[in-house]
Amino acid sequence: MPRTRVEPRFQIDYLSILDSDGILDDALDPDIPPDLLQRMYRAMLLGRRLDERMVRLQRQGRIGTFAPIKGQEAAQIGSVATLTPRDWMVPSFRETAAMLWRGWPIEKMLMFFAGYLEGGSPAPGQRDLPITIPVATQLPHAVGLAYAAQYRDDDAVVMAYFGDGATSEGDFHEAANFAGVWHVPVVFVCQNNQWAISVPFKKQTHARTIAQKALAYGFPGIQVDGNDLLAVYAVTKEAVDRARNGDGPTLIECVTYRLGVHTTADDPTKYRSEDEVKAWEKKDPLTRLVPYLERKGLRTSGVEEELDAEIAAAVERFEAAPAPDPLMVFDHVYAERPPHLDRERSEMMERLAEVTPGRGDDGTDTTSLPMRGQRMTRR
Amino acid sequence: MARLNMVKALNLALLQEMERDDDIVIIGEDVGVDGGVFRVTEDLHRKFGGKRVIDSPLAEAGIIGTAVGMALYGLKPVCEIQFSGFAFQCFHQIENHAARYRTRTQGRLTVPMVIRMPFGGGARALEHHSESEEQFYAHIPGLKMVIPSGPRNGRALLVSALRDPDPVIFFEHKALYHAAKDEVPEESETMPLGRAVVDREGRDLTVIGWGGMMRVAREAADTLHAEDGISVELIDLLTIAPLDAQTLIASAQKTGRILIVHEAPKSFGPGAEVVASIMEGAFLSLEAPIRRVTAYDVPFPGFAREKANVPDAARVVAVARETLAY
Ligand SMILES: Cc1ncc(C[n+]2csc(CCOP(=O)(O)OP(=O)(O)O)c2C)c(N)n1
Ligand SMILES: [Mg+2]
Repeated sequence: MPRTRVEPRFQIDYLSILDSDGILDDALDPDIPPDLLQRMYRAMLLGRRLDERMVRLQRQGRIGTFAPIKGQEAAQIGSVATLTPRDWMVPSFRETAAMLWRGWPIEKMLMFFAGYLEGGSPAPGQRDLPITIPVATQLPHAVGLAYAAQYRDDDAVVMAYFGDGATSEGDFHEAANFAGVWHVPVVFVCQNNQWAISVPFKKQTHARTIAQKALAYGFPGIQVDGNDLLAVYAVTKEAVDRARNGDGPTLIECVTYRLGVHTTADDPTKYRSEDEVKAWEKKDPLTRLVPYLERKGLRTSGVEEELDAEIAAAVERFEAAPAPDPLMVFDHVYAERPPHLDRERSEMMERLAEVTPGRGDDGTDTTSLPMRGQRMTRR
Repeated sequence: MARLNMVKALNLALLQEMERDDDIVIIGEDVGVDGGVFRVTEDLHRKFGGKRVIDSPLAEAGIIGTAVGMALYGLKPVCEIQFSGFAFQCFHQIENHAARYRTRTQGRLTVPMVIRMPFGGGARALEHHSESEEQFYAHIPGLKMVIPSGPRNGRALLVSALRDPDPVIFFEHKALYHAAKDEVPEESETMPLGRAVVDREGRDLTVIGWGGMMRVAREAADTLHAEDGISVELIDLLTIAPLDAQTLIASAQKTGRILIVHEAPKSFGPGAEVVASIMEGAFLSLEAPIRRVTAYDVPFPGFAREKANVPDAARVVAVARETLAY
């Protein structure tokens, strides 16, 4: 028996529409409706400016550690903007811009990063999962949601976010395999930002691309310039449409870059060069978009000021939130509180009654932090 | 002698043991170039190279699974799981294999390895970065479960763990990493695994703790001494499993009153085993029911409410007074 080839050699497409020099491939322009395009630009800018504000809040100790998104705005907004509110969004922990797009209030995001579980509670009916911290563990949930949508004959699509590092975890591979076998309406959006904390992409996988991993699971994978809003939008829209039409999952690899720190507890100078960062700064997703908007006559003035005012108002609401009630830790553990938690709750109540009430004595921690780069959080 | 914090003391243990034993390799996420997110493996990559200090792909099951293979071959892997909350991703490799190879092959194949993980609260970190999971490992036959309470015993216990023929889970409390400095001798020291120490002798009440809770226990003992004239015997467990029941029983026979402090939730937690062991060995000496001061039986409630959940000295003192008044 001769050796025969059962699978043709594969190829992976890479899509770029508006490159880092602002040069547009007219034929590929997805012609995003003007008002949507303006909203998307605004959302990217909001993501960027909130990021900067959050870094300051963290340095001042008003929120804890968080993962900045700087550089990944196009990958997030270009993809999330293709969803309808009936679709599901499943984030990891670096999707601030995408979550804001989906309607998470800024002050809720701040609550989350200030250590309040309330910050993880979606609005009633909101089809979003909260931030997931264990890397890649949210991906099987996305596949389960997609299965359930199909089971119910809903035409909802599920979009799941994760990083390059996440593709090393078993949960990623199991999710992709299930998605392929079940042929469910899920779109996997990988933001390959080149780094998983200090580990570069080339140490994460020996494969050239992440997109190609989809092929092993029997569905399409495509690479896209993740800093090109138009290309991310075009590719994701195609994948979402396909999923909605019953044509199964897609894996999208957004080639992007984390311009900032991994989290506010990280020091990137230990593992990557200034030159590399500079080179990627030239590919900033926001910069190239401005001339494009201008050409279309869609650039309006005063957006920055509006966004800053929006952020400032949200920070004020966040800071005005009442001091935490520690007794809440016993809520929502079970649908109905079992007797042993009733006892523990009473014990805490008695104990707290003995402490003089007031900020700092209300059971919140005000001691300083041992973790590198972290600051005390006091509200 | 040098005054070192726990990060530096653990780093010294790794450095000296790696110089002594070429079979030791370090594997984990960000342990190489970055030196670990808490810097415990700082500089080791530069000194020993990428072959011995491996920046692994982001996969805990991969880290522990490949380390089991390395250990079966005769190497001595030291795995770092970045936070104990992410060890559930490799729990099957630990329980199914690391803990069982010796028994499964009737001693022919063994997996001496050390699995280091930062654990515990007080770091104002998010979910999965603040929990205490020692009971999961202590419950698995075949594993040793070690938790130091400071730089000097941390260094000595890590050296012992590295020289131990069995797999050792080694928990490092995040709040202790930079908390205090100890005089740590230049020359390598060991401390026996499976042995608790009497941290402070006393007559009236025994307080048993480990890891980050030793600070809380000491503070409570000071208060009880100053305000109530109570003499507290403090026991630092150091090894959770196998449990040093003898030391606990001896102390119970002396004081007759026992209080256990731990950061994990109470129900089915590590304190229950301590209670049972003392009941079995010193029942007739007990003057009061053994009490536990622990986190409540709730999932991690977010760091804004962490202090209300994790034991502090005031809670220990209050329960100690009830025990003493019983
Ligand atoms: C299961 C698990 N292991 C380890 C960590 C610690 N950790 C948090 S983020 C991260 C790197 C993630 O890299 P990537 O998937 O590329 O996402 P990025 O941070 O670049 O957005 C690691 C190791 C974690 N959160 N979960
Ligand atoms: Mg990454």
